[in-house]
Amino acid sequence: MTYKHIGKNFTPPDIEAKVTGAARYAEDFKREGMVFARLLTSPLPAGRIVNIDYSEALAMEGVVGILTTEDLPQPAPPANPSLASDIITYIGQPILAVAAVTEEIAENAIEKIRIDFERRPFVVDPLDTLVEGGPNPYPTGNTLVRNAADAAAGTTASGTDVGEVKWSRDAINAFRAGQVPEGAPFPEEWAFGDIDAEFAQCTTIVEEPFVTIGQPHHALEPRTGMAYWENGRCYFHGSLQSHTIAVAPLAGMLGIDPANLVFINENTGGGFGGKIFPYPTMAVTGHLARKLNRPVQLRITREEEFYIGSARSGMQGRMKLGLKSNGDVGAVDVIIVGDAGSGGGASNSSAAEHISLMLQPAAMRFRGVTLYTNTTPRGAQRGPGQNEMAAVLAPIFDKAIRQANLDRMAVRRQNAPVSEDLIGPRRGALTSAFFPQAIQMGADMFNWDERQARSGQRNGNKVTGIGLGMGYHSAGASGYDGLCRIGTDGRLYLHTGVGNLGTYSYASVVRTAAEVLKVDWNNCEIVRGNTDLHLPYSTYQAGSNTMFTEVRTNFVAAQDALRKLKEIAAADLGGAADDYDIDGARVFLTSNPDQGMTYAEAAQRAVAMGGEYSGETFPDDLNDVTKRSVQGLAGTGLIGVAKDTRHSGTVPSMTIGFMEIELDLGTGKYDIVDYTAVADCGTIIHPLGFRQSMNGGGVWGVGLSGYERHVYDPQNGLSANVGLYQAKIPTYLDVPLTNNTAGLNIADPQSPMGSRGVGEPSQGCAAAALSSAISDALGGHLFNRAPVTPDMIINHVAQLDHFNTGDLKTNTF
Amino acid sequence: MTPKLTRRRFIKSVIFFGAAASSGAGFYLASAAAQRPAGGVERLVSLNVNGRTRRVDVMPQETLAHTLRYKLGLTGTKLGCNRGECGACTVTVDDVTNYACSTLTHSVKGRQVVTVEGLRAADGTLHAVQQAFIDELSPQCGFCTPGQIMSAVALLKTNPRPTREEARQALSGNLCRCGAYDHYLNGVMRASGQLS
Repeated sequence: MTYKHIGKNFTPPDIEAKVTGAARYAEDFKREGMVFARLLTSPLPAGRIVNIDYSEALAMEGVVGILTTEDLPQPAPPANPSLASDIITYIGQPILAVAAVTEEIAENAIEKIRIDFERRPFVVDPLDTLVEGGPNPYPTGNTLVRNAADAAAGTTASGTDVGEVKWSRDAINAFRAGQVPEGAPFPEEWAFGDIDAEFAQCTTIVEEPFVTIGQPHHALEPRTGMAYWENGRCYFHGSLQSHTIAVAPLAGMLGIDPANLVFINENTGGGFGGKIFPYPTMAVTGHLARKLNRPVQLRITREEEFYIGSARSGMQGRMKLGLKSNGDVGAVDVIIVGDAGSGGGASNSSAAEHISLMLQPAAMRFRGVTLYTNTTPRGAQRGPGQNEMAAVLAPIFDKAIRQANLDRMAVRRQNAPVSEDLIGPRRGALTSAFFPQAIQMGADMFNWDERQARSGQRNGNKVTGIGLGMGYHSAGASGYDGLCRIGTDGRLYLHTGVGNLGTYSYASVVRTAAEVLKVDWNNCEIVRGNTDLHLPYSTYQAGSNTMFTEVRTNFVAAQDALRKLKEIAAADLGGAADDYDIDGARVFLTSNPDQGMTYAEAAQRAVAMGGEYSGETFPDDLNDVTKRSVQGLAGTGLIGVAKDTRHSGTVPSMTIGFMEIELDLGTGKYDIVDYTAVADCGTIIHPLGFRQSMNGGGVWGVGLSGYERHVYDPQNGLSANVGLYQAKIPTYLDVPLTNNTAGLNIADPQSPMGSRGVGEPSQGCAAAALSSAISDALGGHLFNRAPVTPDMIINHVAQLDHFNTGDLKTNTF
Repeated sequence: MTPKLTRRRFIKSVIFFGAAASSGAGFYLASAAAQRPAGGVERLVSLNVNGRTRRVDVMPQETLAHTLRYKLGLTGTKLGCNRGECGACTVTVDDVTNYACSTLTHSVKGRQVVTVEGLRAADGTLHAVQQAFIDELSPQCGFCTPGQIMSAVALLKTNPRPTREEARQALSGNLCRCGAYDHYLNGVMRASGQLS
């Protein structure tokens, strides 16, 4: 299909402000009378507060107020509280906030506060709390318990509770040694197929332990916020990935009607899953501003980001994988113990689901345990579960393929999912999949056969490694609202409640409406970033889902506008609506294009006609956020608004990455000589944006498999990482000088423009390709972990592997 | 000739002024300075920022990033770490890149400070690096972009046609968590006329 906008590059309207410094982030906003808040945070990993004396601080000149749990009570665990007192569960946990006329005074005031603590035992390694007799991170246990029925009945607040799960010491010892923990209970379990029968048909079986470690999100913009109240409304300048979907939960945190919250967030300096929804410190900012009746800015430092900024969950696991003689994956049996940190979530099932889709085993069993620890709260981070699994799976899969004397690329292609394949325990359908073609395309671009022949070649101290890996993430949702408006000036106003996390997807998706209504881009204006600008209820901006989900909403909104254009023309000019067509910002009689009206005239007529045409009435099934916005826009033009229907099936976004590295056996360092990646992510809506997602994900993949880790001192529970240099992210010098990326560009039938997102799997395939390449350079050696750092490599070269593996350590070195 | 700012010079300046710069917090209002040790430093100083002379009340321990952001309203200079790790606060001082979070404002008196806001021509035309970064869709979230731009501008001033490798070395003090390195390098190559 030939498109006017889809598949074409464009200049996103916010980019000029980014290169001139005019783009404003939450910390850039000031308000008359604004005061500055600082957090007093816990020095203990576990305990409770016996007494607080802040009288001296409050009496200091310049101090204007203090917010404690007396103002903002701590919710029951495992909810992540804004402020903690009775149950402290990690170092760096906010206890109270002090506001003063300067940050310096607020910090000095914090020094004057006296707190008596009572310590509790703590734990940083999930297996240390899982073992019988091991300490629990919470007073009441170590694992999440879901009480959905109780929540529905109103007997619990959140539907979640903290329970306890323990394994015998024998089971823990076996698991740490890479063996099956016989008799151990698994709160999470699913399976499909006859796993014993399928393993019996496998001619190659590998059994390997694995471990991954948590990683801070490291968004460069810390989660600073500023809030003030006027006439009962809260105006909040925040830093979130999502926008209008965040209004209700943020209003809930502040205890107000969502209609009384104005959320302003035009730019967000990175989120990566750590800022999908409102986070606890936002409640501190809002409540403190209300208590003081003054604007309050709560600035979060880089160091504080390491404690409260969320992090990827670590996994400790074991995998048994069987290949049949023809290269088909017969069966997979995987155990995952996931670290949820303090009140966060693990990603065990998502990790297992990655295997179920990408390897398409005939039978599979997953068993898991999610455990809390006294470490930073864990949350979604770019492809949670799937990407860390991709990193550890690739070398294990390589090992099986090598043992079977098969080709690593060919076996992946042979097992790769197509549209008819299924995913996960429910054997759910896919919207579409063409992944074997993507693998072949990547192999051709990378010149797989020729490169593979270089595997293991030595050049002095350097050895060549060739790797490949696959990334996957479910990349689409549905059921949100779309809203557009043709103004009486004839311009198309594209309203979106999608956040602006930097991928420009907010702009890419609204071009769908411009496409449907055939409007030139210079006659379009995107309306976003401030809920007072009348924005629709849009999807959360995460999980690669915007390109699918919001193309659908913009399509239905534009279709509604198109219908109204034709009906207005028919009402004024005669005939039936179906007799009319559009182009050139006009609606006209198909049989006589001279007979028609401009969009400006149609919008003026919509205002005159009222009703649904100008937004005075609207569909009942819209979200309340959208309803309020339409009411705000009523009478200002022709309104196109609709709620999207539901799609069916998982929306699979998949990538294949190929990597050549040159590994220095003397230093453990390596250079990435070449990186090539291909995506099966539907129609490419915005080519430059697509490349950017693929390349950015590639950098993240290098970080996951090669550098990043969050570690704690097991004696005191202190984080060893409180600066970027201590939790290194890839720099210019750690990634290839150029990347080769491409898209298969085959449309997904359930997206009106054929699109799916790609942000998450673009990391997974690079992480997998790097871990595969490192293993390949070392003759197929398995580290069974991510990241693999240069010290591990030189330890292996020196035959000191006991430093590297053996006890599945996560959160510690 | 004014000596270049170095880490050693910065530390010496801090000691001289008698107060350590905070790594974790900002100091926004000059009124707070009344509570600080005097240190014998002139408070009201003239700064040349983006070609304009500005009179500013500066505390002894104040960093250039804070002066720019909170006293001159130049919020294009970002604070990603406030401790010299990320490069988001990069500005040029006499055409040399400096981390503004680790530069004392008093140390740049009489020198030419340029921030991202000072690159546009008088007629509004964007600097070649700014335009190239737009054309190559270099920024993602944009938070590190001002620093990346200032490093690129400084590079092209001394090396108008750098190789891609030279460009990545020159920008390697600027972190981008979005991972837009490839696009920033494309922008530098385009700005230097080596990419069409």
